[in-house]
Formats: sequence, C-alpha cells, structure tokens
Amino acid sequence: MLYSDKVMDHFNNPRNVGVIENADGVGEVGNPVCGDIMKITFNLDDSEHIDDIKFQTLGCGAAIATSSIVTEMAKGMTLEEAAHISKKQVADELGGLPPAKMHCSVLATDGLKVAIDDYLKKHGREPLSGEIKSADPNFDPHGDEDDDEHEEA
Amino acid sequence: MDTVYFDCAATTPVDARVLEVMLPFFSERYGNANSLYALGRDAYRAVEEARESVAKSINAASPDEVIFTSGGTESDNTALFGVLTKVAPDGGAHLIVSAFEHHAILEPAHWLEKQGYEVTVLKPRKSGHIDPNDLRAAIQPNTKLVSIMHANNEIGTINPVKELAAIAHESGALFHTDAAQTLGKIPFDVQELGVDLASASSHKIYGPKGFGALYIKKRTPFNAYQRGGGQEFKKRSGTQNTPGSAGFAKALELMLEDQAAEAVRLTGLRDKLINGVLSALENTQVTTDVEPRLPHIAHLLINGVEGEAMLLQLDNKGIAVSTGSACSSGSLEPSHVLLSVGCRPEIAHGSLRVSLGRFTTEANIDYFLEVFPPIVERLRSMSPVYQKMFGSK
Repeated sequence: MLYSDKVMDHFNNPRNVGVIENADGVGEVGNPVCGDIMKITFNLDDSEHIDDIKFQTLGCGAAIATSSIVTEMAKGMTLEEAAHISKKQVADELGGLPPAKMHCSVLATDGLKVAIDDYLKKHGREPLSGEIKSADPNFDPHGDEDDDEHEEA
Repeated sequence: MDTVYFDCAATTPVDARVLEVMLPFFSERYGNANSLYALGRDAYRAVEEARESVAKSINAASPDEVIFTSGGTESDNTALFGVLTKVAPDGGAHLIVSAFEHHAILEPAHWLEKQGYEVTVLKPRKSGHIDPNDLRAAIQPNTKLVSIMHANNEIGTINPVKELAAIAHESGALFHTDAAQTLGKIPFDVQELGVDLASASSHKIYGPKGFGALYIKKRTPFNAYQRGGGQEFKKRSGTQNTPGSAGFAKALELMLEDQAAEAVRLTGLRDKLINGVLSALENTQVTTDVEPRLPHIAHLLINGVEGEAMLLQLDNKGIAVSTGSACSSGSLEPSHVLLSVGCRPEIAHGSLRVSLGRFTTEANIDYFLEVFPPIVERLRSMSPVYQKMFGSK
C-alpha cells in the first residue's frame, strides 16, 4: 500500500500538533479499540474565523496526515466552511489516499465537526452537523465504511 | 542508507552461496527434467539430488516423501485439501487447526468448512502455545486431520508438536505441521516429531522465493491437487523448478551447518534488543516470554502508539520491522494471532515484531536502540490519550 509523497510529508512533518488550553472548540473522535483517536482544538478570531487550530492523534500514517492537513485547510475558515470540508477534499489535498485508508479522512473531518459543534453548543447555538458517530467512544467506524451522511460533493 | 533489516520472519535475502548454486540452471543447465536427452537427465539428477539432501536434512525415511512446491502456501493448501478430500471425499470429516495459524492454513480451513467439513479452531493459551490437553479435548470420533504450526511467525512461540502429533494419532487422526518458521532454525526431524505432513518455505531460510516443500509420510492418504505430467510422484505435476530445488537444498544445508551456534547468537541479540527497549521506555511489554520460543523473534507491545506509525518512522531511519496493528493490515482488524492469545485490540495496535537473521549484527541492535525510543516518545507526545490511558511517570 503506497502513500503519496504529500501524505508522507504530513506524516513526517505534521503541522499544528498540540492542544489549545481552554479552547473555543474541542472535539475528540475515535476509540482505542479501533486504534485511531483524534482530538482537535481551535480558537476563533473576532470575526468567527478559525484563527488557531491544533490536533493530537493516535493512529497510523494516514490518520496523522489527515489530521495535519485538515487543520491546515480549516485555518482562516468560517465555522460553516470548516464544517463542510468533505473526506474527499481531505484526501485530494493529500494527493489521494489508498482506499483502505479513506476512513481516516472521515475521522479527521468528524473531529473538526465535533469541535465546531462543541463551540456552538457552548454558546447556545444550533449545531451544524448531525450526530457524529465516531464521537461516541463505543462506536466502531470500521463497521460503517460508507457512512456518508456528512459527505458534500 | 543501507537497510537495517529486522523482518526475517517475513522473508530473507538469498544467500550468495545459494545464488551461486542456482545460477547455472538458468542458462546452462536449463533442461526440462522430464526430457530424455543429456540436458534433461542432468536437470532430473539435480532435482533428485536436491530431494535427497532435503529428505536427509529432515530425516525423512526416504526421498520420495518430499515433494517440491511453489512455496509454503501451496504446501499448506495441498496438505489440507490433499488429505481431507481423500479420506472424506463427501465432507463430514473433522479438521482441527489452531487459531494462530498463518492464513495459508486458516483460509483453506474456512473454505473446507463451507464445503461440508467440520472445523474446530483451537485457541492457544495466553503463553502463546497450544496446550496438548486442549487438543485432546477437541478431538472427536470423526477427526481426520490436525494441523498445528510448529512455531508461530508473529510471537515466536514453539508448539509441542511431538506431543500433539501423538494425541492426534491416538484417535486415528493424521497430523500436519506448518514448519515454515522452524525448518533450519531449530532441530526438525520428522520421524522424531512423528508428523505425517509438514510444510516448508524456501524464502524464510535464505533461499529463493516461489519455492517450498511438503513432506508426506509414506502411505499417507493424499489426493493431488495439481495434476498434469505426473511429476513429484504424481503428487504435484509441473515441470520441475531445477534452480529452485538446488537453491532450497543448499539453503537448508547452510542453515544446518551452524544452526546451534546461530540460535545462541540470535537469542543474545534478540534479548539485548528486548531488554534495551523495556529499560528505555515505560509501558512496554514482551508479548510473551514463555519458552519455548524461536531464537530470532522479538515481539513487543508498545502501549499508546500505533504500529504502522512506528513502522514508517523506523523506515525513515532505514529499519525494517513489522507490526500487527489494524491499520497496517488490509482488513483493518488487528492481528488474529495477538487476539488469539488474549491481547486486547487497543494493545495489539501497538505491536512490533522484530525478527533477526544471519546478517544481523550487534551494531544493528545498537542503532535500533538509539533511534527507537525517541520515535516512541514523539508519537506518544502526539497522542491525545497517552497520559489519560497509561498515566504519567
């Protein structure tokens, strides 16, 4: 199974690793049984654009690369824009992912969505995404490969 | 950067001395061993000499008990299908395999079950060994074949094959063992062990890929799968692989030359690596250290880190290893071997197999011990849950 050069770059030199204390938005997805866990934290600027965003990930090369690239993609976006980043866009930004690894890109976008909804709920506003299954620590993402409810063309 | 190759259980380079023996058969001694003229007779002799050599190496009663195949996988498939379709052509017979067999046994077993054979998958104990009492309890009146690997390729544990074969025979069942990981590395005597069938793989012992052998004790009921010109005593047709035969025989001969000394040397290197890792890093374990185990396999559990990520980071440093994590397998399941010995999935994801060999040096071990701990520490620092799951020390 071959990773693209860009995936390897983001795996070897991940961007935005870390955690923001008391962040505006916090999202954690995945579970240890599955072997992939991502945590995304972000702060917004005064115009509600994502200003600072960080990730921590336990997972394989694709998991780390997709977390890294999604934080890069989300920087400067509004909450709406960030919540609509699709798994295909993540994979395309990375120059493609092996089919078996596409679920990692779902986890990355899920983490971001959960963090965004965390911010919105904290401020008494409507969440942008529906229920995110991978935010449930007992959920097994591999049992649901074609879960595309949050997929955007 | 030269590779520090720590994946000998996956495959090995062809030894220069093996290559030397093989080369003439490609362009000079290229005859078809079935042809009647000199070039053919020469090839035939070469194959039969190789057969005699291999038979002697495993203490088979006669050379015609050794047939050559395209590798361990073919040997495994042939053993299972060959015996069961002969003794029970219409299904109904019972097959026992262990839960930590290579897929080359598990997949045929699975298919046989669909064809109407009964299959029991016997779990090893937590130590990583099959307990003879568990086999005895699993045997049924209609058990015809038991297949249990001599040693496990991931965790390196060696099963009590002699005892297990005797138990199978008590009940009139035949016994096959997949010896891909033991042949040449530890003493392997088919008469002493009492097995009816045994699979061997050339590329695990510095021989060429695409070549293996199947020992079939005389009078073992057997249906050929691959039929055609009648080669290999009508048990496996196909023009003989002359270079492969010569290479495999030479490879096995070389393994036996210094088998005992190599076992000592490799055990020392293996243990240096294990002890080095355990002392440099917290929250790490040897998957099993219960003897008997192979001298050259170190299998570790690195908590809180994912296996493929470790493997790629080590690859950056020129070190080749393998892992049993889900992410590294096409199926997204962690290794069935680790699950079979009771390893929890979240721990199995952090597994690392280091398997050493003829060309491993102490300097390689030292290099690994220098670069591995920082890799683990960095990956742990990137994890959102390491502190939460394993606590800080």
